[in-house]
Amino acid sequence: MHAAVITFPGSNCDRDLAVAFEAAGARVTRVWHKDTALPAGVDIVGLPGGFSFGDYLRCGAIAARAPITRALAEFAAAGGPVLGICNGFQVLVETGMLPGALLRNAGLKYICKPVALQVATAESPFTSGWAQGATITLPIAHHDGNYTADPATLDRLEAEDRIAFTYADTPNGSARGIAGVLSENRRVLGMMPHPERAIAPHQGAADGAILFRTLLDTLTPA
Amino acid sequence: MTEPEISPDLVAAHGLKPDEYERILEILGRAPSFTELGIFSAMWNEHCSYKSSKKWLRTLPTEGPQVICGPGENAGVVDIGDGPDGKKLAVVFKMESHNHPSYIEPYQGAATGVGGILRDVFTMGARPIAAMNALSFGEPAHPNTAHLVRGVVEGIGGYGNSFGVPTVGGEVRFHPAYNGNCLVNAFAAGLADADAIFYSAASGVGMPVVYLGAKTGRDGVGGATMASAEFDDTIEEKRPTVQVGDPFTEKRLLEACLELMASGAVISIQDMGAAGLTCSAVEMGDKGSLGIRLDLDRVPCREAGMTAYEMMLSESQERMLMVLKPEKEAEARAIFEKWDLDFAIVGETIAEDRFLILHGNETKADLPLSKLSSEAPEYDRPWDEPAATAELAEIPRVDAIDALRALIGSPSYAHKGWVWEQYDTQVMGDTVRTPGLGAGIVRVHGTDKALAFTADVTPRYVRANPVEGGKQAVAEAFRNLCAVGARPLAATDNLNFGNPEKPEIMGQFVGAIKGIGEACRALDMPIVSGNVSLYNETDGQPILPTPTIGAVGLIEHMDQIIAGHPREGDLALVVGESRGHLGQSALLAEVFHREDGDAPPVDLEAERRHGEFLRENRALLAGATDLSDGGLALAAFEMAEAAGMGVTLDPDDPAILFGEDQARYLVACDFDCAEALMVAAGQAGVPLATVGRFGGTTVRLGSAEAPLAELSALHRSAFARAIGDA
Repeated sequence: MHAAVITFPGSNCDRDLAVAFEAAGARVTRVWHKDTALPAGVDIVGLPGGFSFGDYLRCGAIAARAPITRALAEFAAAGGPVLGICNGFQVLVETGMLPGALLRNAGLKYICKPVALQVATAESPFTSGWAQGATITLPIAHHDGNYTADPATLDRLEAEDRIAFTYADTPNGSARGIAGVLSENRRVLGMMPHPERAIAPHQGAADGAILFRTLLDTLTPA
Repeated sequence: MTEPEISPDLVAAHGLKPDEYERILEILGRAPSFTELGIFSAMWNEHCSYKSSKKWLRTLPTEGPQVICGPGENAGVVDIGDGPDGKKLAVVFKMESHNHPSYIEPYQGAATGVGGILRDVFTMGARPIAAMNALSFGEPAHPNTAHLVRGVVEGIGGYGNSFGVPTVGGEVRFHPAYNGNCLVNAFAAGLADADAIFYSAASGVGMPVVYLGAKTGRDGVGGATMASAEFDDTIEEKRPTVQVGDPFTEKRLLEACLELMASGAVISIQDMGAAGLTCSAVEMGDKGSLGIRLDLDRVPCREAGMTAYEMMLSESQERMLMVLKPEKEAEARAIFEKWDLDFAIVGETIAEDRFLILHGNETKADLPLSKLSSEAPEYDRPWDEPAATAELAEIPRVDAIDALRALIGSPSYAHKGWVWEQYDTQVMGDTVRTPGLGAGIVRVHGTDKALAFTADVTPRYVRANPVEGGKQAVAEAFRNLCAVGARPLAATDNLNFGNPEKPEIMGQFVGAIKGIGEACRALDMPIVSGNVSLYNETDGQPILPTPTIGAVGLIEHMDQIIAGHPREGDLALVVGESRGHLGQSALLAEVFHREDGDAPPVDLEAERRHGEFLRENRALLAGATDLSDGGLALAAFEMAEAAGMGVTLDPDDPAILFGEDQARYLVACDFDCAEALMVAAGQAGVPLATVGRFGGTTVRLGSAEAPLAELSALHRSAFARAIGDA
């Protein structure tokens, strides 16, 4: 599998995401936000966590208008898989590739801690390594992870089984406890928790590795 | 623009004493210009010149086979052995205060404190990999305290989280002596190639001096001078002297600087911290025995119409000054343009010993550069031998569980999750141990090695007995590193005191330095960097003397880490001798609101032996923690609570349960390992005693007991409640 990881100025989990793809066995190409095209033959694009453009204006808003993002949108429109984590999720909602918005946490504080999540659907190239309803633990680390959408959109996400993860005990005010959502074609995932911080024994949690291994299994051509 | 006339009032407003001004007249043979006066005040204030502390700082041990670079550069550099590709690796670290600005404007003060210390580390060519913060606040009921705690914690998080460095440790305390002066001590450590460390000394004549990073604005003008004075009721007027931080720019500056360094374009580099352009330019010239000419018309400015005085004294953040290899200019400029940062050649190195400042076709300053630092005043301030402390008065009887409740329900000893959860503790993916219990641990990326970090001091001890208190701060840092299985390598000292012009304060300073020096020598932990913050007083009321020791230890392989968590049924054993020392203890302070008696004596030989014993027997231990303030009862509770279980301690005597004797550890292991540990202790001549057992759902201290769930709820809610956020 060939993964591209995009770096915006202010991204700070770009290395971590590249390490996680590599640990799962993928080849990784790092892509700069001023580039206008993705590398040829890319199987998946990762948007890392961090504070792209300092989170100025709104989290993810400026990155959503960066030169590389147009190429990203075309890639996704053609069915290419995209994984946006934390700030990457914020970028994906700002581009409109995923519905909803991520507001300031309900408690108005940054929160960094491991949280319990439910795998709300196993029907995606990201989550098929788990049984539906499985409880997993991943770290969160964000100030703006309060997922919001109008009730009709939330109903639709539920009806179409597009909620990927929910919090066991919602830490940030997210509507219906949503921690991650899928695009209509189920090939774009945005999630606030950090699977790339839970891939090795020294990190004290390894559930995140399952997501990357699953991607490798589902996206590598047989 | 015409500059103001120099008058005695203007000189005084710059924090210069009349005799210091006389010295300036002598050096120049004329009166200084306004800009020159500003430059002298920036170079000669306490913060930049260390004029009250230098004499004593020289007595600290700073060398050792592991030390690559000691104090005097932006940060200390210590060897940590080979990396994965055979390259030699080094850890680069320092701790620095941002006390005065944080009190005036907590969010920005704390944020720029973090920014400054990170810059100190990456200026030397290291990528920051860990941060810590040691915070001291006034009593929770004081009207300023909650506001300061929220602002400082949010500011630290706002900067560090965005920059992308994990915060892995630190401490938070409350005491009325900090009501008018909070302390914010920020630590950062970075990882570098030991053969590619960058220093500040310029070399070569006619080399371009390059300005990098953010634009210069009017923020922070006079900040270093402000930080060298006491506070009074004019404090509100000092808000404009606090800088404003932009972690987004700092993150880009980090990446651009590391790329630039890898390109081979850098001759020398210095961050613009306190006293900005002035201090950085003088430092580079002075260390390289060169002069510097700066053309301020070329300095990127954020605001129009800035004067030479303002530009030279601005403390705008996220800026660097560099001496560049001229042939690399195009390459260097391209890197900064890639990251959308300013890159401007603003001057050059010159052969004469001059600091020449040009602005708008005028010479604004023309000073003998080397004299700005070499002729800076140095004081041998009078100091008093600290008075012997009062005998410890009788201590009333107390139920041990009630005493524990008082301790864990006070914000100084409560669970600090409210603080830590606002910091990103895991970015970079290498964090092995997050804050909360003893030292934080970070893996050395791409290797099986790890580094442990801790920051410690017990200010009550230092006030009662500066020498023993100074020793104790180093000893506690040493123990926290040993307790996770690390070999202590070196330390950084952040010395926070009151007004050094008062002999009793100077006596605290001198005593603490003596104690720190003695302990660092005995424990092989040289001081490789540090910072002094004096004049922490408001309306004549000084803080508790607070010499924070930040220390770094090496773990050769992650297999050697001693975990913190006991298992159900493990025995609890104490390494070291328990005599029941209660003078200056947390028990006295929190339960009886008394601070009498002497500080606990520190036996450095025992510290060393017990630390080695712990490391040598780490394979036997399920968990370990050092015993410090709060003693055995608090440590056992914290260790058990974090593992989600109860604990039973056999001793019934409050002095044994809450005594603060030094050179001790609490360890957890199963019965077989405890037997083996007993044998090892006998052979090593190390006192070892079984004191109880971990497990169950009850906390028992001698004959008193309470449900773990009740105590845990109190412990975990007390901090937020104390600052009104429950």
